[in-house]
Amino acid sequence: MSGAGSRARSRDGAAAVSIKGLSKRFQRGDVLALDTIDLDVHPGEFVSLIGPSGCGKSTLLRIIGDLIEPSEGTAQVNGKSAHQARMDRDYGIVFQDAVLYDWRNVTRNIGLPLEMAGWDKGRREERIREMVELVELAGFEKHHPWQLSGGMQQRVSIARALSFSPALLLMDEPFGALDEMTRERLNNELLQIWSETGSTVVFVTHSIAESVFLSTRVVVMSARPGRIAGIVEIDLPQPRGPETREHPLFAEHITQVRRLLREGHADEAIEGDTEVPLYVAEEGL
Amino acid sequence: MASSGGASPGGASAAAIGGSVRSRRESVVPALRSAGLSALVLAVLCVVWEAYKWIGERFEIRWPFPVNERTMPHVYDMVGQLFEPSRRNGPLLIDVLLDAAVFTAREAAVGFLLGASVGFLIAVALSESRLLQRGFLPYIVASQTVPILAIAPMVVVWVNPKLPESLAGWGAVAVISAYLTFFPVAINTLRGLQSADPRAVELLRSYAASRWAILWKLRVPASFPFLFSALKIAAPAAVVGAIIGELPSSIQDGLAGAILNFNQYYSSSPPSLWATNIVAAGLGIAFFAVVALGEKVLVRRAPENVA
Repeated sequence: MSGAGSRARSRDGAAAVSIKGLSKRFQRGDVLALDTIDLDVHPGEFVSLIGPSGCGKSTLLRIIGDLIEPSEGTAQVNGKSAHQARMDRDYGIVFQDAVLYDWRNVTRNIGLPLEMAGWDKGRREERIREMVELVELAGFEKHHPWQLSGGMQQRVSIARALSFSPALLLMDEPFGALDEMTRERLNNELLQIWSETGSTVVFVTHSIAESVFLSTRVVVMSARPGRIAGIVEIDLPQPRGPETREHPLFAEHITQVRRLLREGHADEAIEGDTEVPLYVAEEGL
Repeated sequence: MASSGGASPGGASAAAIGGSVRSRRESVVPALRSAGLSALVLAVLCVVWEAYKWIGERFEIRWPFPVNERTMPHVYDMVGQLFEPSRRNGPLLIDVLLDAAVFTAREAAVGFLLGASVGFLIAVALSESRLLQRGFLPYIVASQTVPILAIAPMVVVWVNPKLPESLAGWGAVAVISAYLTFFPVAINTLRGLQSADPRAVELLRSYAASRWAILWKLRVPASFPFLFSALKIAAPAAVVGAIIGELPSSIQDGLAGAILNFNQYYSSSPPSLWATNIVAAGLGIAFFAVVALGEKVLVRRAPENVA
């Protein structure tokens, strides 16, 4: 792969995700969760959404996935409405918890979207085998979710999201519940998968370091109402690995992101070093 | 893994490596152990019964009831009675009671299947429509506040004339049994259908799943632990329903006939009624055991989530 960075900047064709003037108001309490968001994500990009709790980043992700509807404005995926994109199975989604079905083993969990898409058994089995290889779960095919560690469960969930080769991957704090070691390993694996599949990723996270390490662009959001405080282009070389964290630009980008977070949230203190996930107390929502 | 918690270290590590493929030994040993434990508890209960009887007779306990041969027959007399002729030159009591139990079991089994199916369908309908749920749920609850003994004669009058020859008589009893069965199944399954993780629903929606697919791929399997705990309540209830249903139907061939009969002769032969109770209880336990076995085979869940 000649570098996903260059792919990200090529602007020909429809945007993978295009958000225009999008607002979301929750009826209960009349909370403005998102306020006139404009954002384009280009094919092959890895874009992180970062911000304090209640900034609406998960809400934005769900609107892109047509799991909830915006109050105003539009979200388009691959040049069509978010609804049409969902109906065409254009994206795969990964949640903070793996959300595996207890009564299905690893194989059948990964195969769930393929069943829904009506693949025949032979094709399904072949693809599941590839996916098990991709996320390095060979030997665990017949295991049920409760027999796997948290990291393995999340790998199953990623394999499930990738199984039908969606062009877009939506990830909602996928590694937020994992320990630091597992998280770093899965970060590396995710980057590998991203460069192999060439898919577009929209990634919600709480961790500044994680967002800088993974992304080609980091979208920093401020809370209540959720707005885009700024966007940081990450110029770290591809492919990335453990040495990326020692790159001089790494610390610089982290500072940029943190500064934007602080500006977008001037009234609340943000503390901690790069390894500590950003924590802002949740109030009201 | 809780299921292999008490097993040898070898067994536990085999479970960790072998995963869901459980060895035969691992499932047989705990089953034998729990059967042995149940037998032990039964033995202790018999000893307590006999001890109370011995003390009660010796010290003439009068409260809450006087203890004597009539109120508390010996355990061995109850069991022994099973192997005495039921009447002069008649068949053994156990043969008579087993025939009655088989007759009642047929009614209860049909009633159980009918009630469980109806209960399940009601739950699906109510879970898919909030309007139906708000309108009908109170009446479903109310249905169980009417004593079954008050409904049974009406069911017999309504149902019996419409039944084909082969179902005549006992078919109405099955319906009465179903009336007791459907309720716990409907209530628990409704709860189970609504227990699906909201994100698991979102996941299916992200695959453009229809409402129908969400029901069958997610809500129904998610309801299984609830369904089976309901079926465990419903199975013995179906037996009770069948026995009660036999009374207004004037069916003599089932356990209700035996109970009425030995009730009349209680003063001359108390152990006969007790022996009948043992067989009736055995039938309820057998129904429960079949459901529990079905759950073991069908429900694949984290051990701590099995209700």
